[in-house]
Amino acid sequence: MTTSAPTSGRTFFLRPQDMIGIAILAILLVVVLPLTLDNFRLQFVGKYLTYAFVALGLVLCWGYAGILSLGQGVFFGLGGYCMAMFLKLEASSVENTKIQTTPGIPDFMDWNQITELPLMWQPFNNLGLTIVAVILVPALFAFIVGFAMFKRRVGGVYFAIITQALAAILTILIVGQQGYTGGINGITDLRTLHGWDIRTDAAKTILYFVCVGLLIACILLAYYVKSSKLGRILVAMRDKEDRVRFSGYDVASFKVFVFCLAASLSAIGGAMFTLQVGFMSPSFVGIVPSIEMVIYTAVGGRLSILGAIYGTLLVNWAKTSFSESFPELWLFGLGGLFIAVVLIFPNGLAGLWQTYVAPRLGPLFGGSAKRAAAPAVAE
Amino acid sequence: MFSDYSLAELSSIFMMQGFAGLILFSVFVLMALGLAIIFGQMGVINMAHGEFMILGAYVTYFTSQFFLNYLPSLFGIYFFVAMILAFLAAGALGMATEWLMIRHLYKRPLDTLLATWGLSLILQQVYRSVFGPREVGVELPSWMMGSLPVTEVVEVQINGLFVMGLTIAITVAVALLMYKSSWGKQVRAVVQNRVMAGAVGINTEKVDRYTFGLGCGIAGVAGSAFTMIGSTGPTSGQLYIVDTFLVVVFGGAQSLLGTIASAFTISQAQSTMEFFLSGSMAKVLTLLGVVVILMLRPQGLFVIKVRR
Amino acid sequence: MNANVISDQMNKDFVLAVEGLTVSFDGFKAVNDLSFYVDENEIRVIIGPNGAGKTTVLDLICGRTKATAGSIRFKERELTRMKEHEIVRAGVGRKFQNPSIYEDLTVFENLEISYPKGRTVRGALTFRRDAAVKERVQEVAETIFLADQLDQRAEYLSHGQKQWLEIGMLLIQDPELLMLDEPVAGMSVSERKKTAELLNRIIKDRSVIVIEHDMKFVEDIAHKVTVLHQGKILSEGSMAKVQADPKVIEVYLGH
Repeated sequence: MTTSAPTSGRTFFLRPQDMIGIAILAILLVVVLPLTLDNFRLQFVGKYLTYAFVALGLVLCWGYAGILSLGQGVFFGLGGYCMAMFLKLEASSVENTKIQTTPGIPDFMDWNQITELPLMWQPFNNLGLTIVAVILVPALFAFIVGFAMFKRRVGGVYFAIITQALAAILTILIVGQQGYTGGINGITDLRTLHGWDIRTDAAKTILYFVCVGLLIACILLAYYVKSSKLGRILVAMRDKEDRVRFSGYDVASFKVFVFCLAASLSAIGGAMFTLQVGFMSPSFVGIVPSIEMVIYTAVGGRLSILGAIYGTLLVNWAKTSFSESFPELWLFGLGGLFIAVVLIFPNGLAGLWQTYVAPRLGPLFGGSAKRAAAPAVAE
Repeated sequence: MFSDYSLAELSSIFMMQGFAGLILFSVFVLMALGLAIIFGQMGVINMAHGEFMILGAYVTYFTSQFFLNYLPSLFGIYFFVAMILAFLAAGALGMATEWLMIRHLYKRPLDTLLATWGLSLILQQVYRSVFGPREVGVELPSWMMGSLPVTEVVEVQINGLFVMGLTIAITVAVALLMYKSSWGKQVRAVVQNRVMAGAVGINTEKVDRYTFGLGCGIAGVAGSAFTMIGSTGPTSGQLYIVDTFLVVVFGGAQSLLGTIASAFTISQAQSTMEFFLSGSMAKVLTLLGVVVILMLRPQGLFVIKVRR
Repeated sequence: MNANVISDQMNKDFVLAVEGLTVSFDGFKAVNDLSFYVDENEIRVIIGPNGAGKTTVLDLICGRTKATAGSIRFKERELTRMKEHEIVRAGVGRKFQNPSIYEDLTVFENLEISYPKGRTVRGALTFRRDAAVKERVQEVAETIFLADQLDQRAEYLSHGQKQWLEIGMLLIQDPELLMLDEPVAGMSVSERKKTAELLNRIIKDRSVIVIEHDMKFVEDIAHKVTVLHQGKILSEGSMAKVQADPKVIEVYLGH
């Protein structure tokens, strides 16, 4: 879905069909699902939606800019851990932990003979600082990695491999440094947010709506970026990087920007995950979850913002249903999905929609003749 | 971390850990060699490479079981038979993969990466369904057990030396094949200019298929070597894929010498550090070191300056 | 000392001063101790056999390849130390040999990206497609014969149209030094004629370096011709002078 250029001059960043698409998604998430699903299922949807933030970032970073990161779990995890550290500290008040050798520090630190709250944990006593950290820590990390690599023109598969290695490194580090991170179990037993118990069904429902609200806000942000000149520069860079460079752009800084943006989006998802599910662990950081997040985007359509949301929901729904009933089949299914989405429908659900459904629905759904031509997949 | 040891002790430790790293080094080299051929020559990222290795490991395991049960007198040589079978099995699977999947994706390297990841998931599940989730280990023939004393404190395990020798032999064979044989010349011609190579009568599709098969076959042999340092399970291969990719990239994807030097550096760094630090920290530091070096020198260790 | 002062003053009159430029790839000197000067509003054509280093010279000027030695001064700024995008912003535009356009974008968007505003991340995020932009795009589109194709995706253009689009993308930058690498290669006769006409119109008020093989075309536009051979200047001067040079005849017709 390359933005077509209405030379007549569009001033608003959403086209009518975008607004309809967002409205339908909003109605589905805010009205239809809460009314039709029981609390238990709705919480699952809430959990899936946290991955949708990652998928959203990947649409911009991978679909538009052609930068495939296999380490988005790192940012999801960093955001999630920042939030978990705050919640853990709140749950580890002196009152709650008086049976420990050192009361007032998280239980796993006490088990690992740590007697003082490490410096790294200190800022997470403050909710404001925590929220800043959720967004900025992953962005800063992405900035360092992106700056080092894009300035040296590292891209494509090299970038993918190195981000994957980072995911592996962070997982091993978290598992190894049990006293500081909670190790393989992660940070568990989270209870309250500023005294508000997040474990009740009522709280979880509220958190679901907060998550939906944030997601819609991030979708709007993504649309804004996509429809700005920056969005078109990303597409141009994916196609002819040198031409962009020799049109006076510092290509690396655009790549760094979009990578940092994707990182921050993932981190927001991670923080919402921690809040809704009540724990964070290294199993959401490593190679396997990171590459699975890529498949959500691929299934939805790597060039489609809304497609990524539906792709995430669909793959996760399939994963939950299959793993419940036929756990052996799921890996076959997932593996087949990776292959099929690449070989058979590279533009994902959005591509199928564009080719088969939209043309019959008329222009308001993006079905005008010109748009029906699915754009080439990024190479 | 060094201050607790005397100089003599330190040198012994380095030597001992150095030899202990030999098998790891061999597995790295063989895995990386296969990947270097596939990635360096064809530009394809094969995320299922670890699963091809594990196929070789399973083949080795079953060969050992076969010899143990039916030909116990020949058990001493089972490893050689197993290696050949592992090469053939992994190579055949590789060629099938190339034909069914990879050849449609040569222009989309990032997509190949995703598709081969999908393949790796499927293979893992196949192994789990067919061979069971339990990890299996091989028994070594008696002549491979034991160790040779080098100095009073340093000993080298015989199987380590054996695998090491084998690795060198395979590496030399691959180097000869790639740089001396006419087939290698065809491969390199296709790498440099696919259209032109086709125009002068090279069957580029066939070259691609055999190149991919060769890379996977070598991974199968790596699997044979792997059975000596670890037990084989459906997901054992996945643990190695990141390390191996770093080895290949670190060495400069197109250079066989670079691949070997980089496998040596990485495996030795890890093995030596493991003596002083916990295993996980040794791994973190090794990988982090490699990643940082790659960020500063993305073209890898060995690369020729070329005109863009 | 005195000589330096004189040479500095002399250089001021030149838009581009290339001196002692050398680049070697693994010991192979693709460009070897090359010096030449381009005047304001001059049209310089570089010719030479394949592998003479013509494209490499353009690569060096626009920063795509880093020089091993020597200097390239553009309006008294040393280009060899600048990054590619800084060189472009200083006023050097470059067309590639193969049409290099953004296939997934429309003609309008292709031109808009080259419009010299909003070139930073922040600038691009807040860039507005105002009347001035639209007017300029329209104007350039008319110049390059693509005014009725503005909403067309660029991948559907013909080869010749793609070449024009790229020329248009340079035009919209309004560079002081324009470098064109084989602008009429692979074009049909009628397209070629149209392109020559287009180039004749756009090369006014700026300095131009053109690489071209088509001698008829060269004769039409060149003020001065530089003949490169094996990374060195073989001959330089007017077309007539170069054509009469026995060294040039030897290289082109010899062997």
